[in-house]
Amino acid sequence: MASIALETARPRRHGIPVARIILFILLGLFALVYLLPFFIMVITSLKSLDEIRAGNLVALPEVVTFQPWIDAWGKACIGLTCEGIHGYFWNSVKMAVPAVAIATLVGAFNSYVMTKWRFRGADIVFALILFGCFIPFQIVLVPMAQILGLLGLASSTSGLVMVHVIYGLCFSTLYFRNFYMAFPDELVKAAMIDGAGFFRIFFKILLPNSLPIIVVTVIWLFTNIWNDFLFGASFTGGGSQPMTVALNNLVNSSTGVKEYNVHMAAAIIAALPTLAVYVFAGRYFVRGLMAGAVKG
Amino acid sequence: MVSVPFTAPSVRQKSARYRLQEWLPRLVLAPTFLITVIFVYGFMVWTGYLSLSASKMLPSYEYVGLEQYTRLWASPRWYVAIKNLAIFAVLYIGISTVLGLLLAILLDQKIRAEGVLRTIYLYPMAISFIVTGTAWKWILNPGLGLEKLMHDWGWTSFSFDWLVNPDMAIYTIVIAGVWQSSGFVMAMFLAGLRGVDSEIIKAASIDGVTLPTIYWRIIIPIMRPVFLTAFVILSHLAIKSFDLVVALTGGGPGYSTELPATFMYSSTFSRNQVGVGAASAVIMLMTVAAIMVPYLYSEIRGGRRNG
Repeated sequence: MASIALETARPRRHGIPVARIILFILLGLFALVYLLPFFIMVITSLKSLDEIRAGNLVALPEVVTFQPWIDAWGKACIGLTCEGIHGYFWNSVKMAVPAVAIATLVGAFNSYVMTKWRFRGADIVFALILFGCFIPFQIVLVPMAQILGLLGLASSTSGLVMVHVIYGLCFSTLYFRNFYMAFPDELVKAAMIDGAGFFRIFFKILLPNSLPIIVVTVIWLFTNIWNDFLFGASFTGGGSQPMTVALNNLVNSSTGVKEYNVHMAAAIIAALPTLAVYVFAGRYFVRGLMAGAVKG
Repeated sequence: MVSVPFTAPSVRQKSARYRLQEWLPRLVLAPTFLITVIFVYGFMVWTGYLSLSASKMLPSYEYVGLEQYTRLWASPRWYVAIKNLAIFAVLYIGISTVLGLLLAILLDQKIRAEGVLRTIYLYPMAISFIVTGTAWKWILNPGLGLEKLMHDWGWTSFSFDWLVNPDMAIYTIVIAGVWQSSGFVMAMFLAGLRGVDSEIIKAASIDGVTLPTIYWRIIIPIMRPVFLTAFVILSHLAIKSFDLVVALTGGGPGYSTELPATFMYSSTFSRNQVGVGAASAVIMLMTVAAIMVPYLYSEIRGGRRNG
């Protein structure tokens, strides 16, 4: 922890208060700017349409109504069906949970092999997998659509799970690899000498000690997969769409009155799962971002 | 693939069980390796071939050479997409970096509420771009949003029509993008600042160097690697930007906010030009590769040197 401020400020103590006040004002203003859009979403979702038209962006609702939330969940029209977003919300859950679980487990296993059972060419294999994390997915859209069609998985949640596992694997492999690189080889060797086998070492020694990186990987994958739009929009239609695609269809449908309050309620519902993860496990979320950005 | 040395104590005379353990690692890695070869590199080749084919509404495999690329670069829509990407990338990367650095420096002054403020600055990163786009579309809506607010507050001549103004709409995407990503840049710089040796700073301040000078002359130069990482990550995000445009402007008005990613998507799925779409995807891939490959190479090399 650097303690720059205190140490440098000490010789000039008389100048501190004014500088500190400006500092706090600046930080507070920025916090307001970052919070404002979410605040506006929340208050808009609690107003009636009439009140929205009569009032303005930041006016608090005079009469708080939860009707927009109820409508968004169960009645709003997406495409031709008017059953709200709840079905799409569950589509996203059914897509994200298995995809995250599979990609995490396979990534952990891959990394175990790459770091503790090194073989010639392991680095090249890793480099090949790693680059896959960063390709623009536009390059795979058409072939993937064709393959999903061939496999009979077009427009299905299982198809999306497969796609997300495939393109999530490289990140989980990357995260676990960096973590297992730092895991002491001596423990693994000692276990080998004691006669523990390939699987035993992984399940009894590495995996129980991997909780921090499991949390980071799960958060990263969950956020990315839940928030994905490109794959969802490209490979699904109608009732199998994930939440993000349904939200976009709801907001950008050109028919009927624009129910801004319902749109905002739906948008908040779409954001809630990842926001909850962020608020409760923010520390790990940041670490995940860092791990994705800076490799070792 | 024969007689590969393991770090495990491989004992030659051991039986089938040991032999199995020698092969297991590669067997375990094989599915992922195959998946990567097929679904990443195979698909690149596939799309690459499509970009050389006569594909229109559906993929076809009739070879036509560079015809689709000629068509792509003759398309005014693609020029708009490239121009927008240039504007968006420069502003998005530039503003996010400056803002992120500023926030990190402000937060690094021993603030008691640092944890709370950090959470506030970073939360947009957890939200989908579709949600962000929906929110900003509402805020920037000329009829009911910011403009109405200013009118209500008495500034009746205030006009803010960027969202529906073809010349300005791309800047609304910059605003929403910066709002979403600058907190992430802040987190990176904050981690970088925490890594700076406080002895250097102490020494400088004893010599009477002022705080701004210390930051400008000493700390920021030390953090050059963080700048590089931020640049790489942000440019990668910029090139891939798709959701935000779809949610905020839908590429419009007209096609004034088209980006390469939305161009590829609309060519392929709604304008029956799969070949042109593939050509644009190949160009996107090459742009990303030009930035990522040297970066990843140096990161892997650097990691090996340190480890």
